[in-house]
Amino acid sequence: MSFFPIGEHEEPLPPEPGHTSRGRLERVLRAGEFAVTAELNPPDSADPNDVFERGAVFDGWVDGINATDGSGANCHMSSVGICALLTRVGYSPIMQISCRDHNRIAIQGNVLGAAAMGVNNILCLTGDGVQAGDQPGAKPVFDLDCMSLLRTIRQMRDEGKLLSGRKLTSAPQVFLGAAINPFAPPYDFRPHRLAKKIEAGAQFVQSQYCFDIPMMENYMNSVRDMGLDENCFILAGVGPLASARAAKWIRSNVPGIHIPDSIIERLEGAEDQKLEGKKIAIEILQQVREMKGVSGAHVMAYRQEELVADIVHESGVLKGRKPWTREANPDFEAVSEAMEITKEQMGEEIEPSAAVAAVSD
Amino acid sequence: MPKAAYQPAKFSPIARRRSLYTVRLWSVRHAKSLEMVYTALSAVFLKLHPFWEFVGYKRAEKPVMIAEKIVKSFLFDCRMCGQCALSDTGMSCPMNCPKSLRNGPCGGVRPNGNCEVEPDMPCVWVEAWEGSQTMKSSENILRVQPPVDHSLKGTSSWLRVTSDEAAKNSAAVGEIK
Repeated sequence: MSFFPIGEHEEPLPPEPGHTSRGRLERVLRAGEFAVTAELNPPDSADPNDVFERGAVFDGWVDGINATDGSGANCHMSSVGICALLTRVGYSPIMQISCRDHNRIAIQGNVLGAAAMGVNNILCLTGDGVQAGDQPGAKPVFDLDCMSLLRTIRQMRDEGKLLSGRKLTSAPQVFLGAAINPFAPPYDFRPHRLAKKIEAGAQFVQSQYCFDIPMMENYMNSVRDMGLDENCFILAGVGPLASARAAKWIRSNVPGIHIPDSIIERLEGAEDQKLEGKKIAIEILQQVREMKGVSGAHVMAYRQEELVADIVHESGVLKGRKPWTREANPDFEAVSEAMEITKEQMGEEIEPSAAVAAVSD
Repeated sequence: MPKAAYQPAKFSPIARRRSLYTVRLWSVRHAKSLEMVYTALSAVFLKLHPFWEFVGYKRAEKPVMIAEKIVKSFLFDCRMCGQCALSDTGMSCPMNCPKSLRNGPCGGVRPNGNCEVEPDMPCVWVEAWEGSQTMKSSENILRVQPPVDHSLKGTSSWLRVTSDEAAKNSAAVGEIK
């Protein structure tokens, strides 16, 4: 007997036909809309309100919020924790898993836990080396790599089995993602690597920051030639640079980000560098919107998260579509009101489902 | 003043001498001939299957493992993971990657093709891609590799491949009969 007996009609709805998850991100992408995702800056605190506040700035502008897993090998609140909080209030988080900190036992456990909490999207990453972060003495795990991680979670979802072959009673229904970096060598291997990731189970990919449109175009050309854009949703990474100094700092301190000199010169020449950085981001976002094979954008505005709404709005890439917004649920209030009224009038409590039925009438 | 190029806080815990990866880079440049040597060697090992059976794979393990370790450590800077992928990775050992990636380069490769974590070392996977393109089985690098089985660490990969191949052959013979 289960702890909370669940009625037949109270079970979660099955995913739409052809979908692997119940998530909004998958629904938006499969409907052919241009999806927008953003990255939440993980707090260094144990206060849930920090997460809710940081999630609220994206409200109504994004289809998914990435919860980073120790990005840059720095310790922050865990991605599982952030996702647990975000799902509580209805947001659609994309849980990142990096192979740097967990072995396969921990990862599979986290996938089950996250799916149980309502996480519908998982992004599989290798992760930066521990040397990049503030605790370089940590033991790098790297038990799986992003490819074997994708395959592991796909096996859990599609075959309902753990890596060991042990059966799951309920499989995690998740939309699987991975990362791509078209801007790092070996350039001619990068599209093949995307093909490998798709073969391993990637259904969507988010790219590293794109500041070099010709390079992205080149990459997309090979991707289209190989027909990969038809098997996978590609979200291009876009973000504002705060200043020319910040851009130079990123170039020399964050591995894997390619910023051409022309962008830095443009920032240096501008009167208001922050505004110019935002303008560049908007232009790039509009350009990737028109690129064939690009299904969405991943807007990363590290420590300038409040700009995400502006950038998405001013670029007009949503073309009037309004992503899900968190608002007080009128039905919920009506239901609790109905419950209060019956309690007063009849002197006894009624079942919530009966109250819902009463309000619907 | 920002640093000129990204410098990791500490070098990889894997001790690495420049002299070791000079040989390793040579091996990648000669991936094609090494592939031929490997194909010949694996055929010889398979021919010796009755001998291994007679001695016992378990008893042969130690001497073969030592020989394999000496040869592969010299040529490839081998880490003895026990499940060799060299013929699929352009004769560039993926266990030398500081993240031990077995399925391709991470996103942190420097513009000059060097490793994100060890700035002086050429990326194992940039090398692997170049090496694989000279090899006959150049398509193998596109195969998705399974996760490393850490319980096989320090065992002979050559013997395992041989016994697996022999088992496969005898199964095929059994089917025909």
